[in-house]
Amino acid sequence: MPVARVVVDVMLKPEILDPQGQAVQRALPRLGFEGIADVRQGKRFEIELDGPADEAAVARIREAAETFLANTVIEDFTVRVEESS
Amino acid sequence: MTTRVGVVTFPGSLDDRDAQRAVRLAGGEPVALWHRDRDLKQVDAIVLPGGFSYGDYLRCGAIARFSPVMDSVIEQARAGMPVLGICNGFQVLCESHLLPGALTRNDHLHFICRDQRLRVENTDTAWTGDYTTGQEITVPLKNGEGGYVADERTLDELEATGRVVFRYLGGNPNGSRRDIAGITNEAGNVVGLMPHPEHAVETLTGPTTDGLGFFTSILKRLVNA
Repeated sequence: MPVARVVVDVMLKPEILDPQGQAVQRALPRLGFEGIADVRQGKRFEIELDGPADEAAVARIREAAETFLANTVIEDFTVRVEESS
Repeated sequence: MTTRVGVVTFPGSLDDRDAQRAVRLAGGEPVALWHRDRDLKQVDAIVLPGGFSYGDYLRCGAIARFSPVMDSVIEQARAGMPVLGICNGFQVLCESHLLPGALTRNDHLHFICRDQRLRVENTDTAWTGDYTTGQEITVPLKNGEGGYVADERTLDELEATGRVVFRYLGGNPNGSRRDIAGITNEAGNVVGLMPHPEHAVETLTGPTTDGLGFFTSILKRLVNA
């Protein structure tokens, strides 16, 4: 049976303060990494399906992302199917 | 007949016993509710206590929101049952969309634990009737993700409709928008706040007994209902 991976990326909305990202941004120059204007930190979910990533399966993942994986009050998300190698 | 106030225990709840004790000290009958049960045991009101429900994995309150007991709590809250969410309970109420907005990581990234001054802004809710408008109270605060956020339109609406119930005094401990420490829903039966009134009900263990008013408020409200 073909299996597929769906990736859900979750990021705080641009207008929501990201103190974690800011802390990372402040640390980078101290470590010698210059020229960085901004850092935002997000979450990535790699979801292995036990079947093909057909339209229905992806729609279900999208629903999971909207209701559970992301809090759409403060976060945006994207869903994409990763090509199997 | 004594008033029955249910206190939900999720895996990772820490302050359920303190909340039960506060209910008892106020003269009510605390009823322990288990996260896996849908049965609310005919309680008259519900407290969602502080702690780290389901380990706070994913987001604070996000997994607890889908627990079986929350199906019943959400249904009853929509029907008008008084529900108080303290700290993690506030996060669960926001994740459940019973209250607008969300709680995010403190702006300074540190866990903070201190006695916090608050101003009571709204005494018309089910949980604040025993306070006076503008009253200043001091109760403990302890959280790492207590920054209240919502979009500007929601914040404006909360302000315009008197739904900001508590505001931080003496410094904003976590970067909450507009110094908001607690809010209510439109009907005034659902209240959430980050500080912990259940830890300020006895002089032996709390900085004040200012928190007792939450629990006496609800008992009076239910007796007179």
